[in-house]
Amino acid sequence: MSTERVLTDQMVAEIKAYFPRYPNRQAVTLPALHIVNEHLRHVPLQAVVEVAELLGLAPAQVQDTLSFYGFFKQDAPGGETRAWVCRSLSCALRGGEEVLEHMCKRLGVRPGETTADGKLTLEFGECLGACEYAPCMLAGEELHTCLDESTADKFIDSMRSSS
Amino acid sequence: MATYEPVLLANIGRENSHTREVYEQTGGYQALRKSLAMSQLDVTEQVKQSGLRGRGGAGFPTGLKWTFLPKDHPGPIYFCLNADESEPGTFNNRILMEDDPHQVIEGLIISCYATRATTAYIYLRFEYPKAYRRLQAAIDECYAAGYLGQNILGSGYSLDIYLHRGAAAYICGEETGLIESLEGKRAWPRIKPPFPAVEGAFRKPTVVNNVETAACVRHIMEKGVEWFRGMGVQPDPSNPRDPGSLGPKLYCLSGHVERPGCYEAPLGITVRQLIDEYGGGVWKGRQAKAVVPGGISMGLLGPDELDCPLDFAGPGKYGCLGLGTAAVVVMDDTVSIVDYLHNSARFFAHESCGQCTPCREGTSWALKILSRIKAGRGRLIDLQLLLEIGDGIGIIPGSTICGLSDGAAWPLKNAIRKFRGEFEEYIRKSNPSGYNNTEPVPAMPMESVH
Ligand SMILES: Cc1cc2nc3c(=O)[nH]c(=O)nc-3n(C[C@H](O)[C@H](O)[C@H](O)COP(=O)(O)O)c2cc1C
Ligand code: SF4
Ligand code: FES
Repeated sequence: MSTERVLTDQMVAEIKAYFPRYPNRQAVTLPALHIVNEHLRHVPLQAVVEVAELLGLAPAQVQDTLSFYGFFKQDAPGGETRAWVCRSLSCALRGGEEVLEHMCKRLGVRPGETTADGKLTLEFGECLGACEYAPCMLAGEELHTCLDESTADKFIDSMRSSS
Repeated sequence: MATYEPVLLANIGRENSHTREVYEQTGGYQALRKSLAMSQLDVTEQVKQSGLRGRGGAGFPTGLKWTFLPKDHPGPIYFCLNADESEPGTFNNRILMEDDPHQVIEGLIISCYATRATTAYIYLRFEYPKAYRRLQAAIDECYAAGYLGQNILGSGYSLDIYLHRGAAAYICGEETGLIESLEGKRAWPRIKPPFPAVEGAFRKPTVVNNVETAACVRHIMEKGVEWFRGMGVQPDPSNPRDPGSLGPKLYCLSGHVERPGCYEAPLGITVRQLIDEYGGGVWKGRQAKAVVPGGISMGLLGPDELDCPLDFAGPGKYGCLGLGTAAVVVMDDTVSIVDYLHNSARFFAHESCGQCTPCREGTSWALKILSRIKAGRGRLIDLQLLLEIGDGIGIIPGSTICGLSDGAAWPLKNAIRKFRGEFEEYIRKSNPSGYNNTEPVPAMPMESVH
């Protein structure tokens, strides 16, 4: 395992800015993981070790928390954009699962995988809290609403052509 | 319907409704000024008198919850605003936070004042990036205006509010799972008692309330107890313990309706009214076959149960778990109940936190059985197995720590008991030779849950 430090000074400063918000440092675990994830698009084990050091915790404590939330990937960076297609009831009733399947086929990935060009990680999501727009997808910070195959195709094309 | 003027949604749709400037044009922060001029006990008393019950799913009386805080505690007392909103079908908190964040913040500041909390955390699900930006901007505006920070509006009361983002786990909405997650741990719900009001976040007294609850508090302080009590379902006079279902409610409507959306109405409208009068009816001129009354955890209503009133006591009278989040999902007559139940079981198997064996194993066995039924390898006896799981897991039978498992159980119990014929027919048609098999069957390759 590499022992090269992965947390930059900027990440450390961002994490430390959260300290005054909470009565103890363990509570900064999730904010810290989010900060690392925003910068690196994953949270490698070395980052866990360094976050633990900053927060005065055992690495196993941070790792335990991280692994509970399926959200943080550890092995390799996710795509430049991460997209969640909702598969819960209201979306499924309006074709959400078919849209996800269609996108998987077109992109040649299974849910959870990243496209070969590294641009997109496609995942399923559980209810995104936007059921009035079913079926929907959250891509990065953008909510895509009332999806069908053709709007999904447009999204895929715009991803591919983005530089 | 025609006579009811929305209050919680009154600003939604106005230009720049998310800004302090627009919020204040319609009386924003007057309720805060009024509350700060009252004693903290009087604010609590007013909320208690209003009969407000929590909008997050359990319907616990809000003022009463606040009085469980220990008197004369040296502090700090924490307030957690539950903005984890992840119950499938539910999106009213998102709309409030995105389009009227100041309404939520004003209600939160008043609630914190009443409960003597000096720090509040808004636990926001990660999948609400727009709500995150809007809430943070609103909080910043409040600090600038003197509504937050030290000595708010010269009252001597001080409060800080921080946003805390989740990481895509439904269980973080359960109040003690939320607290564990806030503390930086896995979101394993705690055994209660002690309740959070006695020992919550960082082992200090803590109040957890939902976003819509906070918004209601703001209006109760502005418009008064009589206004709030003037709508909804009055307490049953023959039952002194019934708090009734008072005030306005945000109903989420989705699935097979012409106009899905969030609609505000006094508590107690019926499922049929919501679908027909607000939602424009079942889509494509079809009939409703089944309806989820309050988020998928609440179970299922059959086609002859659409007169179910959507108040706290209504869905229970139809065998459902309760009102939940008042999120109604409509299924038309083309939907297979097998598909519905498989979808629901997959959700709960994915979201069980794994702490209690009956929930962890029960939810994943239910999914395995339903996947097998769906794939045409079901047996009649499987329905019995599914009912055994449904009847066996939950706080109500007493086998688990939190209510997620009750939410997993009710769809099983309701769907199989109310639509038994359809399940039997599906199994008989898709697996005629195995229908009566009672021997163990080989497991199917598991579909990806996680
Ligand atoms: C599995 C589970 C998930 C829950 N999710 C939420 C949620 O996302 N938002 C919420 O306000 N309450 C949720 N609740 C209810 C909370 O535990 C708690 O009752 C509520 O936040 C209290 O606020 P209220 O009294 O204002 O309703 C959930 C409960 C369970 C059992
Ligand atoms: S009932 Fe289920 S979700 Fe709740 S604590 Fe137990 S295992 Fe976790
Ligand atoms: S079910 Fe898809 S957003 Fe709610």
